[in-house]
Amino acid sequence: MTTPAAGWLTGSLARAHPLTASARSITFTVPGWPGNDAGQHVDVRLTSSDGYQAVRSYSIASAGPGGEIELGIDRLPDGEVSPFLVDDLALGDTVELRGPLGGWFVWRPEQTQPVQLIAGGSGVVPFIAMTRTHASVCSSAPMQLLYSLRTPNDAFFRDELSQPSATARTTWHYTRTVPPGWSRSAGRLTAEDLKSKTLPPEQAPLTYVCGPTGFVETVSRALTSLGHAPDTIRTERFGGT
Amino acid sequence: MDHLDGNVLAGPTADLFLFEPTTTQGQCQSCADIAMLGQAMVYGQPMGFVARCRNCDNVLIVIIERAGQKSLSMRGLRWLRVADRAMNDRI
Amino acid sequence: MAVFGGRRRDDNPALPPGQHLTESFPVLSAGPSPSISTEDWEFFIHTETGQTHRWNWDQFLALPSEDITVDIHCVTSWSKLGTGWKGVSLDTLFAEVETGLDFVMAHSYGGYTTNLPLEEVLDGQAWIAYEYDGGELEPEHGGPARLLVPHLYFWKSAKWVRGLVMQSEDNPGFWEEYGYNLHGDPWREERYS
Repeated sequence: MTTPAAGWLTGSLARAHPLTASARSITFTVPGWPGNDAGQHVDVRLTSSDGYQAVRSYSIASAGPGGEIELGIDRLPDGEVSPFLVDDLALGDTVELRGPLGGWFVWRPEQTQPVQLIAGGSGVVPFIAMTRTHASVCSSAPMQLLYSLRTPNDAFFRDELSQPSATARTTWHYTRTVPPGWSRSAGRLTAEDLKSKTLPPEQAPLTYVCGPTGFVETVSRALTSLGHAPDTIRTERFGGT
Repeated sequence: MDHLDGNVLAGPTADLFLFEPTTTQGQCQSCADIAMLGQAMVYGQPMGFVARCRNCDNVLIVIIERAGQKSLSMRGLRWLRVADRAMNDRI
Repeated sequence: MAVFGGRRRDDNPALPPGQHLTESFPVLSAGPSPSISTEDWEFFIHTETGQTHRWNWDQFLALPSEDITVDIHCVTSWSKLGTGWKGVSLDTLFAEVETGLDFVMAHSYGGYTTNLPLEEVLDGQAWIAYEYDGGELEPEHGGPARLLVPHLYFWKSAKWVRGLVMQSEDNPGFWEEYGYNLHGDPWREERYS
């Protein structure tokens, strides 16, 4: 397991590009970053000129050794930190970073059991790290992603997830607006959707669910009702701050 | 038996307090459920982190962060089982 | 270079120190939202004599109610101005209650507690509120009914309130036990103990 570096490190914004109208990929160069496992997160600390500090946790989209980390940040309408990271932070600007953090919601290359990833909105970020790691180590463990989005325009990393070479197949689901010709109408993920679009309990998958609290609650309850043992479901909820 | 000074704890706790909490098992004081802390249900943010038992809602751990200090209560845990370093690396 | 400002600076005189305005209504809870039907709901005040005064939902609604417009201040630094509530004043509920003790512990469905001095919940300073913004109080905001003590930080306004127990000492409630201030006056920034 990758254990955190001591204290706060300084990350300098090296690259950035928009993911959607409200979200941005930001990659920091972080001297002293020990690398991270797929699924770990990092605390980002911002300090204003009068000393006020705000700390938020973000999942890391990148994984592996090296002194760079990529985050995928969604701008929360009433947010304090995310609007700054999405709209204001410029190349070369620095933030403080603590991590990598967490050892529970991770996928490691030595895991061999089938893996089902289920993302709601920006909850896809840790799964980007997992699918990238899965591809880079040529893992033979089956891995697939079910990605629930409001509209087709809300997809993070669509090109990467749609690549035919991607070893982890992505199934898309839309809750508000579907693309033209889509077979299912827009609506929340139901137990029926999960039954037809995710690995069944008979294959004994390890299922990771990440998204807003309500999404994770609904999905994990439905998975249990489909016969998945609670111990095979790992969840990561994010709140509204 | 004579007691020792608390200083003697330096050795065992030096290893103990380096563990990765989310993959550490603990037992709920209230219902005896054994789970990794990563499986607890956490409420209370941003006032604090209130980790509750996934089985019975009992408060296992409370962490309050404020400028310059953090406080930790582990009142609701009967024990934590910390694997040695090499074991913890493999969960 | 981008400069992080945070939301801290706001010279609105209605804002206590260290607070910023919010238009939304953030939800904060120390545990899962209990689901309480008004059929099962009751509110009680328990005194040192062992006497318990009880109201069921119908009895509670039959009490005189007040429309209340107040500013609320959360210790996590958001404030919301001019919020509208409907509720029963604690003066009304305490009208028949005799006690010689100076403090109360508010107890909620779900197990939450918070402590208050009795004199700060009387004289038009506190209510049991059951409507917010013209509609019934949503469960995530403490419905069917919550304590409303707007002159103190909002964690004192216990959601899903179930009753008050008189106590002789200002024993700490849930957050207070873990280091939040026993009193919690936002104008004196009494955030921590």
